[in-house]
Amino acid sequence: MRFSYYPGCTLKTKAKDLDQYARESAAALGVELCELPEWQCCGAVYPMASDEIATKLSAVRALADAKAADSELITLCSACHHVLKRVNGDMKSNDDMRMKVNRYLELDEEYAGEASVLHYLEMLRDRVGFDELKKNVVNPLKGRKIGAYYGCLLLRPAKEMQFDNPENPSIIENFIAAIGATPVKYPYRNECCGGYVVVEDKQAPKKMSEKVLNSAAKHGAEAVVTACPLCKYNLEENNGETGVSVYYFTELLAEALGLKEGGEAQ
Amino acid sequence: MTDAQKERKELVLRMSGVDPGKCMTCGKCSGTCPAYDEMEYHPHQFVSMVKKGNIEPLMKSESLWQCLSCFACMERCPRGVEPAKLIEAVRLLVIREKGGNHLNAQDIPEKLDENMPQQAITSAFRKYGK
Repeated sequence: MRFSYYPGCTLKTKAKDLDQYARESAAALGVELCELPEWQCCGAVYPMASDEIATKLSAVRALADAKAADSELITLCSACHHVLKRVNGDMKSNDDMRMKVNRYLELDEEYAGEASVLHYLEMLRDRVGFDELKKNVVNPLKGRKIGAYYGCLLLRPAKEMQFDNPENPSIIENFIAAIGATPVKYPYRNECCGGYVVVEDKQAPKKMSEKVLNSAAKHGAEAVVTACPLCKYNLEENNGETGVSVYYFTELLAEALGLKEGGEAQ
Repeated sequence: MTDAQKERKELVLRMSGVDPGKCMTCGKCSGTCPAYDEMEYHPHQFVSMVKKGNIEPLMKSESLWQCLSCFACMERCPRGVEPAKLIEAVRLLVIREKGGNHLNAQDIPEKLDENMPQQAITSAFRKYGK
């Protein structure tokens, strides 16, 4: 299986683990991830206003490159996935936006939302399959109680993201079960960590992240997994009291596949 | 509503694509908002105040910078009003003005710490300035 791959800016800097474990795990599962050439930052937030054009162009360039490579585009960071998926939706369904973007970009070929954006987790679920993943696990994380932390950007708005049920998702719990751990459901798994507000104000995200972690701890989770570098940052900065560890889901995936240095399988 | 208020309201409605007339004032948007405690004006007030053309107090309020764009209000509104889009449009009214940026590049270094991901800075930049 071959896919185009969009890592995004944070995966090249503060979140190298998220990227590295994903690449190694994909290779072990027979999935080839081809990084898009010369990709640009997606902008990290989806511009909601109907007259925002320039802020969507870098996402469209990545989407057009995926179309040119004739392969589905895999994303990993929740924010990149959110932006690319929604901008792609605009290019498909918003005539005015499509016309303006194409006139501005002057691509070799007009872009009209032909690419298909797939999150790494969706690739595991829908292309590899969790049953197949399970067969490749050499180091099942037996007895480990792991909570899924979805946050906001993968799930909402559900009619555009079409990732999972926004109020009762199951994809990450099913992933956790596939790598041999015990998924722990808790009420705050799809509530916000405090997001970018942390740049200005550490207190508000502290309150929100503590709610998430207290909720996870109360339901028996010893760790939570996320796909988002900003969620990981906010949760880790504020997990003093609960002792709940925060991992990228790809790190536990690599551990289960026996690829993590120092992991039990090594 | 004065002509200036009417004009500003039209602009916000056009930018956001929101119809505040659909709101049935159930308050679910504010009930589910994770930033509720921090806000002076809450999501349901953005909807009702824009509807009345009373946008200036919103433009001056810190509430603009406390919205997390988490889309909880959008997902959970039973009428599909999408308050987050209204908040974004009012925020844009402010930062599209010359000198209207809430965050400038020179403010960034002192806000950083060793672990803060690039994603946080890029997001804040996009939300707080033009």
